[in-house]
Amino acid sequence: MKLFLKGLVAAGLSLCASLSAAETIVVASTTSTDQSGLFAHLLPAFEKASGVKVKVVALGSGQALDVGRRGDADAVFVHDQIAEEKFVADGFGVARVPVMYNDFVLIGPATDPARAAGRDIVAGLAAVYSAKADFVSRGDKSGTHAAELRLWKQAGLDPASEKAKWYRDTGSGMGPALNTAAAMNAYVLSDRATWLAFKNRQNLKIIVEGDSKLFNQYGVMLVNPKKHAHIKAQPAQRFIDWLVSGEGQAVIASFRINGEQLFFPNARK
Amino acid sequence: MSLLVDSAAEAIRMVASADGKLLEIAVLSLRVSATATLIAAIIALPIAAWVAQTRSALKTPVVVVLNACMGLPPVIVGLVVYLLLSRSGPLGALGWLFTPSGMIFAQTVLITPIIAALARQTLEDAQIEYRDLFASLGLSRWQSLVTLLVETRFSLLVVLLAGFGRAIAEVGAVMMVGGNIAGETRVMTTAIALETSKGELALALALGMVLLAIVLVVNGFAHWGKMWIGRRYG
Repeated sequence: MKLFLKGLVAAGLSLCASLSAAETIVVASTTSTDQSGLFAHLLPAFEKASGVKVKVVALGSGQALDVGRRGDADAVFVHDQIAEEKFVADGFGVARVPVMYNDFVLIGPATDPARAAGRDIVAGLAAVYSAKADFVSRGDKSGTHAAELRLWKQAGLDPASEKAKWYRDTGSGMGPALNTAAAMNAYVLSDRATWLAFKNRQNLKIIVEGDSKLFNQYGVMLVNPKKHAHIKAQPAQRFIDWLVSGEGQAVIASFRINGEQLFFPNARK
Repeated sequence: MSLLVDSAAEAIRMVASADGKLLEIAVLSLRVSATATLIAAIIALPIAAWVAQTRSALKTPVVVVLNACMGLPPVIVGLVVYLLLSRSGPLGALGWLFTPSGMIFAQTVLITPIIAALARQTLEDAQIEYRDLFASLGLSRWQSLVTLLVETRFSLLVVLLAGFGRAIAEVGAVMMVGGNIAGETRVMTTAIALETSKGELALALALGMVLLAIVLVVNGFAHWGKMWIGRRYG
């Protein structure tokens, strides 16, 4: 009962705090940035610097852009350059600002039955294809899914359209896809940040990494206030400016899991 | 097996240490689902009473539709409420998307049919039992109905608990409408989904145990309240 009352008071206080906060913006972002812990590391510094509170909704890049398109977020922070450029070209975003990058990694069984290991992702995928080894696809129009389809195309292969039995289109987020791959002992393409933060690895490990084709760029866009009048353009722009500022970039670079840096700032100055 | 033991230990540790974040999430779960149950009861009980006593030709179709709506998939309710509350949707001006208000809205839509359908059946069954008595007392239809509501109050309490249970256990609607924002709209079920997707299976399971414990405590309070009223007012 005492616990319950304590909770009630805490909830009441947090409600008051959120009411009195000067400004709150909504940022639609991806699971890789949120679940890896980057936002938990980043936002306190920004909130301290600006007094602006940021609410993060973590979705796949495709869905996050859609939330922006409907005017349900003030800014969108994702990793699917082609879709982002379309978002801006269609007038839904003001401008696409590159912020940072990390990379994708091909994850697979430690025994590597398809013998896909190496530094060449195209050769690795071709090996998975010819071995008909189980492969888990996101299949959810996320940035990682788009990258995976691009890489298959570069390999000249198309297991998705062929409906190959070993190619499992799971229609799920990065974490659930990794859980599925862990249970099936299958190959899966992941962003490095989610993989590093992921705990249920079973017998999986990194099979292919370090190929320049696995480069994964993140960009941020202000949702166009001309399309949606209620967009909080000023504080949202402040968030974007801070991300690419010296301070923001330094905070991004300082985020580490087990000593390993997850995101590499590369905003153009 | 060791996962279960680890999770149970983790669940006990979280509750015992009165983890601040956990409390906040648990309180939000309770607040959202209890409010939704209250609003749903206010909407559903009059509907149930009307359908139970009506002789209108509409009765059969309404009963069938109500019963069918007990099977509304939460994710569909979530999607529809999301589209309604979106800034591009008809109720966008409310600014309820990604807020607890939006989550209460979605859960209310989800459980109103459940409460209405179960309460309707409860009232109708009681009506058959009491029909002769009411006739001999010369009660009007509406007087009988009020008496029935009072007489079946304990069964109706269980109906409300069923609605509450459905609300606090669902994840599809609150995930979509609330957005699982840390410190804002994260409830027990969306936190469990999040930890599962991070591969933190023991933590996810521990949160599940805490959720079950909360539901158990709520039901315990309801039962204790019922006994107390029973003793006091016969």
